[in-house]
Amino acid sequence: MTSLPFLPLVVPLLIGISLLLIQSLGLKHQRFVSLMGAVALVWISIESLFVSLTGEPQVFILGNWAAPFGIVLVLDQLSAMMVLITSLLAMSAIWYAISQKIDNKGAHFHTLFHIQLFGLNGAFLTGDVFNLFVFFEVLLLASYGLILHGGGRLRTKAGLHYVVINLIGSTLFLFAVGALYGILGTLNIADMAVKIAELPVEDYGIVSAAGLLLLLVFGLKAAMFPLYLWLPQAYANAPAPVAALFAIMTKVGLYAIIRVHGTLFGSTAGDLAYFYMPWLLILGLITLLLAALGVLAARGLREQIAYLVLTSVATLLIGIGLNSPAALSASLYYLIHSTLIAGGFFLLADMIAQGRGIYDDRFESSKPIFKGILLGSFFIFAAIAMTGLPPLSGFFGKFLILAAALEHDWFAIIMATMLISSLFMIIAVAKSGSQLFYQTQIHQKPEGNLFSKKAFLAVVLLLGISPVLVILANPISAFTDSTTLQLLDKIQYIDTVLNTLPIERVQP
Amino acid sequence: MELLVALSIGALTASGVFLTLRARTFPVVLGLTLLAYAVNLFLFAMGRLTIGLPPIIDPAQGQYADPLPQALVLTAIVIAFGMTAFLIVLALKARAELGNDHVDGLNLAKDEASLDHTLPPRKPQKQAGKTI
Repeated sequence: MTSLPFLPLVVPLLIGISLLLIQSLGLKHQRFVSLMGAVALVWISIESLFVSLTGEPQVFILGNWAAPFGIVLVLDQLSAMMVLITSLLAMSAIWYAISQKIDNKGAHFHTLFHIQLFGLNGAFLTGDVFNLFVFFEVLLLASYGLILHGGGRLRTKAGLHYVVINLIGSTLFLFAVGALYGILGTLNIADMAVKIAELPVEDYGIVSAAGLLLLLVFGLKAAMFPLYLWLPQAYANAPAPVAALFAIMTKVGLYAIIRVHGTLFGSTAGDLAYFYMPWLLILGLITLLLAALGVLAARGLREQIAYLVLTSVATLLIGIGLNSPAALSASLYYLIHSTLIAGGFFLLADMIAQGRGIYDDRFESSKPIFKGILLGSFFIFAAIAMTGLPPLSGFFGKFLILAAALEHDWFAIIMATMLISSLFMIIAVAKSGSQLFYQTQIHQKPEGNLFSKKAFLAVVLLLGISPVLVILANPISAFTDSTTLQLLDKIQYIDTVLNTLPIERVQP
Repeated sequence: MELLVALSIGALTASGVFLTLRARTFPVVLGLTLLAYAVNLFLFAMGRLTIGLPPIIDPAQGQYADPLPQALVLTAIVIAFGMTAFLIVLALKARAELGNDHVDGLNLAKDEASLDHTLPPRKPQKQAGKTI
């Protein structure tokens, strides 16, 4: 089973390439292959998750060169969890794109989508900082194509900002990686952690500067204050299935913080241990407040959901910044919830916007929409889950994080910020819900697009995960607890990565 | 040599940052290119500056030149090249669609301005007014 970490990478890559090859056969065949690829990816991810549960991280040595000289892929519980979330999101998004025929509004939608999955899974599985950079570039380049899919002025403008800011981010990433390489002489995450543990004191300055520069880059991806301004417009203007997939993009940044900073500057790092944590906490609190104000100020539903995504990122930053095992475990639970629900919410928002016709998703009185009651009920459901009201999974996630915050020195500030911002979010979402569904021009006939049952399936699938997360809260939090234990056990990670030997060549 | 390399990296980065902060897309593209050059030089320097040493460990020579930064720089060049090409095309597209080459869009696009007004758009009403 040692080849398993390889599969989530190679399957989307091959599907993406083969989609190009069968382009001449027409969109119908491409759709079939694309969907089958996404389903296969879900299956592989579930399989990987079960393998990762057996304990030790699975290490795959590319080209049979042992770490730290070769490049490794590492599959542990966190990676497996992220890959599974990505594949679930991707399957629903592709299903939605096919049933709403969004994929024929421009060329190569499915190819770009699978290359993006390749980049995402690569970022989650790599054990090497430079490869993390390369996979970031792969997923970004695919996302540039996807965000512009279908065209339109607003999309081009938001896309231009998105591309420029991410290119600057890439440059900073290279500066940070270069500085770390210059001091540590290695790029393998496990090996870097070993080198940092025995770092002479005079090198602390440059290594911590490089570490903070990396935090800046990951913070840019995760949309942390003050680097979040690109996110709302980019997400609000992206095509719905792309926006749904982008719900995982901010989490890539968070994952990279947990993985890279957690390993490099973890408990083994001496005086540098956890030096970045106060930054995460403070910036997370500021992001949360500003994002909650953004939710209040949003002019359209998609923009509002983009800000809601931002609040979930901020909550996660706070959860990670609390720097306790309980908080990290709670954050992972909240991460599963917020990613999938945000994805489902983006798809739902698109269905509502389609139903409203020319009024799109703007908060103003419109003609009634087809199946308004059904869509409205799902809107309430998604809003409850997203803002963190009981009884859905958002409440559990926030509750767990707040419970973990009780032991922190600043618990009063954290409590106040999180609860006040939640109140803002609830007010804003309640207002937008009543504007979208109650203040309709009641005597008019609906004139938007017809309700599509097929497309709605994707929304139901993603939002349906929220009750599942509640019902299975115990096993899932047991899983996040064991993931946290694995994450905090640096020695096991480092030993497994560095001691995995190449396979002996069979002598003829 | 150290001073020269450090000064070049500094000059490239400073001009890159300055140009990236400009309001029009073309200087921004140039700025990003300069930043990419700066980071490539920086990566080279991180492998330590050596002259006339082999890139493999040779006991006779004693020292060696680190070969890894070259591989990193090669990757970075390829990626930066592709990204720049993409960005230029996108900037041209933005110029065509937004009607100007400002990164932030000097004038609001038509469909963007309508966000601030209540819908439905005025077009049908105008026509009705004409016929009356």
